[in-house]
Amino acid sequence: MIERSPLFDFITYATMILGMFLVLVPFWITIVAGSQNLQEVSQVPLNLWPSGHLVENIQTAWTRSDLGPKMINSLIVAVGVTTGKIILAALSAFAIVFFNFRARMICFWLIFITLMLPLEVRIVPTYSIAANALLPFQTILDVFGITGLIETLSGVRIGLEWNLLNSYTGLILPLVATATGTFLYRQFFMTIPDELVEASKMDGSGPIRFFLDVLLPLSRTNMLALATIMFVSSWNQYLWPLLITTDRKNFGTVVMQLKALIPAQNGTPDWNVTMAGALIIMLPPLLVVALMQRWFVRGLISRDK
Amino acid sequence: MTAITLSGVKKRYLKNPVVHGVDVTIESGEFVVILGPSGCGKSTLLRMIAGLEDITEGTIAIGDTVVNKLEPRERGCAMVFQNYALYPHMSVAQNIGYALKVAGMPRAQRDAKVMSVAKSVGLDPYLTRKPGELSGGQRQRVAMARAMVREPKVFLFDEPFSNLDAKLRVAMRAEVRNLHRSLGVTSVFVTHDQTEAMTLADRLIIMNQGIVEQVGKPSEVYHRPASLFVADFIGSPAMNLIKGQFDAIGNFLHGRGGMLHLPGAASIAAGRDVTLGVRPEAVRRVEAGTRGAIAAVVDYIEELGAARLVYADTDGNRIVLVDERTDALGTGMPIHFTLGENDLHLFDNADGKRIEMRADHRVPSLLNA
Repeated sequence: MIERSPLFDFITYATMILGMFLVLVPFWITIVAGSQNLQEVSQVPLNLWPSGHLVENIQTAWTRSDLGPKMINSLIVAVGVTTGKIILAALSAFAIVFFNFRARMICFWLIFITLMLPLEVRIVPTYSIAANALLPFQTILDVFGITGLIETLSGVRIGLEWNLLNSYTGLILPLVATATGTFLYRQFFMTIPDELVEASKMDGSGPIRFFLDVLLPLSRTNMLALATIMFVSSWNQYLWPLLITTDRKNFGTVVMQLKALIPAQNGTPDWNVTMAGALIIMLPPLLVVALMQRWFVRGLISRDK
Repeated sequence: MTAITLSGVKKRYLKNPVVHGVDVTIESGEFVVILGPSGCGKSTLLRMIAGLEDITEGTIAIGDTVVNKLEPRERGCAMVFQNYALYPHMSVAQNIGYALKVAGMPRAQRDAKVMSVAKSVGLDPYLTRKPGELSGGQRQRVAMARAMVREPKVFLFDEPFSNLDAKLRVAMRAEVRNLHRSLGVTSVFVTHDQTEAMTLADRLIIMNQGIVEQVGKPSEVYHRPASLFVADFIGSPAMNLIKGQFDAIGNFLHGRGGMLHLPGAASIAAGRDVTLGVRPEAVRRVEAGTRGAIAAVVDYIEELGAARLVYADTDGNRIVLVDERTDALGTGMPIHFTLGENDLHLFDNADGKRIEMRADHRVPSLLNA
């Protein structure tokens, strides 16, 4: 529907400006507070004009919460999760769309249902798996009495253990499964004409070649859109890293460090440093979105044929 | 060289039969066109040869090998698709060379081959372009080059020209014909366009509702249609088909009291419900009073330029004739025509099959009783 009345124009512009205002004000406050010194930031009401201490605040925040190594940790986790998600989503959508097997629809719905089960809901079982990734297999062996059987036969007791706590694997793996990504890929794969599949069959390429030579290049914009969303969301992960890393020094991520920057109850209320730290931490996702937004929009809205 | 033998080929989707048992041999080096209305199973048949559809029953052999269980790539067929099916992200050269790349041919050899094939279809100036930057005809050429480059044993065409405009279609038709002449590769071409079929084919396979109605040379199919369906389907304007009965002495009774005397047919068709067919160009307009002339009243006229089509009513039946005269003629005016002795076709209404009128059953001229 395209309306061309001045009143409507006015209303839409007003709504958009209001929305922009709502989004930008907190951001502005962060920048302003991050650039002030302790006295200025403690004033009530807050002076909404930036001051000249941004660089020194950033330096303080950087050293105080050890942001250098933590940035690298965060980057490893975010990139790892993003790549893992894309590979897994592309492969599972490939299986669901292009292969005709009996459990196809069941698989699709099982994946789809996990949309309703975000990490926060399944945090306890996920944690116990992360504590010992081989636990399910141990349980199977125990339940079927295989452990007991082997113990009586050989005298060796089987105890499977693979601890993922305090490791990059633990930080990345449980976040890799993604219903959203699979769904996005499925929708894209369904727009690929059958004749293209058949042409590549006639050209002699098997499923893997078809996937690599045809599907992947064609889904490039999709992949970049997905990467953008996934990078931002995994960079912003707080709960999971907090749970799985007790060794903060080596495996902490920047978002966890932000908590460390918040002034303690009876400490100095240096919110200026906290805000400067927040600015550093939100920079990478901001950059990713800024660089990818062209692809991002294209991948989600239109399909270039 | 490579013949294709289909024996007892059937196709069912779940419980729905689509192809009801096809027995045809396509000779080596032959250009065969499968012609039929949409939904007749012609594409399914082609795709079964290509290996894109499973064969429910029967066998297909390419050369001496039964290919039922072979993957498409192992059958040595190349296919040209209706919507070209070019890889949109690859350049023309990559599109043409993809099959060779998959087959593991070294780069230098591949490039040389792609170049020579592209030259032969006039694509060499466009090798670096993407399919999206080409016109319909050029895309069609890429699709053909892609098929040619593999030097297949069999070419399969699935309605390749249906997306082209009329003029381009004629040009591409000639190109396919030349291609076949120079390469001599066994080709199977599916279309619903009868002009395309008639001009291209060495032999036609006419299909209807999953059944092969007739196999034969284009002229054979045109002049001796094996069934009512073929008679009606082939030819434009369509053949005049008049339902009626023969009495014991060979009078063909039709419409509201119309009667044609056809003594020879008495012995073969007496008492049966039959359809008499005659092509519009075989109906000759004559002066009133000519021996054997049948009277009709003009319904309307379609002007074609070189000739005109006259739609007329004779005893309640519609008859179409090609009239090359230029006299004034209008709705409601009486005309007279005779039917050519050798141009009559008889079909049994019960099974739609042709009733053969042997030479001695043909009468020198027809008398309007």
